[in-house]
Amino acid sequence: MTQGSSYWVAVVHRVSGIALAVFLPLHFWALGQALGGAERLDRFLAWTEQPLLKLGEWAIVVALAAHLGAGLRVLAIEFLDWREWQKTLAALAAALAALVGLALALAL
Amino acid sequence: MSSRGETQLWLAQRVSAAVLALCVSVHLATVIYAVRGGLSAAEILGRTRGNGAWLAFYALFVLAASVHAPIGLRAVLTEWLRWRGASRDLFLLAFAVLLLFIGLRAVFAVFA
Amino acid sequence: MKVFVKRDSSFREFEVPRYPSQTVLDVVTYIQRELDPTLAYRFACRVGMCGSCAMTVNGAPRWTCRTHVDKVALDGRLRIEPLRNLPVIRDLVTDMSAFFDKWAHAMGKFEGQRTRRDDFQRVRPDDEKRKQVDAAIECIGCAVCYSACDVARWNPDYLGPAALNRAWTLVMDERDKAHTERLRAVAGDAGCHSCHTHMSCTERCPKALSPTASIAGLKREVAKALLKGEF
Repeated sequence: MTQGSSYWVAVVHRVSGIALAVFLPLHFWALGQALGGAERLDRFLAWTEQPLLKLGEWAIVVALAAHLGAGLRVLAIEFLDWREWQKTLAALAAALAALVGLALALAL
Repeated sequence: MSSRGETQLWLAQRVSAAVLALCVSVHLATVIYAVRGGLSAAEILGRTRGNGAWLAFYALFVLAASVHAPIGLRAVLTEWLRWRGASRDLFLLAFAVLLLFIGLRAVFAVFA
Repeated sequence: MKVFVKRDSSFREFEVPRYPSQTVLDVVTYIQRELDPTLAYRFACRVGMCGSCAMTVNGAPRWTCRTHVDKVALDGRLRIEPLRNLPVIRDLVTDMSAFFDKWAHAMGKFEGQRTRRDDFQRVRPDDEKRKQVDAAIECIGCAVCYSACDVARWNPDYLGPAALNRAWTLVMDERDKAHTERLRAVAGDAGCHSCHTHMSCTERCPKALSPTASIAGLKREVAKALLKGEF
């Protein structure tokens, strides 16, 4: 069955959510390294300089933006009773994620 | 769980989502700003250490995430892994506690 | 054209003549009358009013009497299967019991307060709540939405879009007396809170209803009741 845009936004929402749930404990652990002093954190930051990890960093930030955009869509449907706007919302969610991805790519 | 309890989970998910919408927006802007010209521990910690306002902000961020992520995963575990019942919810509670603990530890490490 | 019809766990191939303005129901009827009299399928009005002829056509749930072959057989092939998310009795016929049982579980039945001795309860058609009811009331229980729903596929307990949509029309009906009880019936993992706004139901509904919107309404009403301590 050809799926509508809402289905794809929901898939992105779920997959990005799973990725974030996996990433978050790792992120917290990494930052907790600062407890061992600035040098400890620096060693970790140096380790993350590999291209594959840089790509991963970029991907997780895009995932966060996508998850936020898709989540705002859910909140609008559930609390603001938006109907005809749902497709627009899906587009806005995608645009948000793209914008953030671009901004980060330029910054990195 | 009763339908009343499940309703409470849904509400907690939406409230934490609203909090996270704010926190994530701030965090994304901060990350993009901070990442320019590379990252170093000295740079980061120089900005964050001893900063009470940021500590409070990120503590709230961690709390909201510790509520939001496990409830979100609950649907995934139920629908895609077909995991039901108390064991699934106990696992998620443990995950929530883990996130809260190492999250607040990280906040302390960076901001205290 | 080639038509593949699901029987048990495999597809049976038929060669069916093509005519202008032919519907998928015409195709299934031709197969049963001319090629294979053992083929089981459902239909009734054949004019798009009853919803009995709903089947999965090239992957999507549709009313076959309202589906022109020209619109769906884009490469000259048709794949016809029974509706999804329901047990198959035989061939293209599904057991609709679960669908209607869930309707009952969601308290999809009107519970009136007045008797024949009371005067009519006046409800203005432009009343805000009545407008919400009117937007969702035309459901004829064809199960296309239920068949399209991913959550119904993943969670066998999920009441589904049709049952929840009907419950919404009653929650918004000021004449109904079972308001709080019904909110309890539609809340939770088996109810409105498992809707993830995929909107497949709204996309496929042949009556252009939006169960997603109705379910969102239920979420709001249930939350209000919870916060007011009525739940």
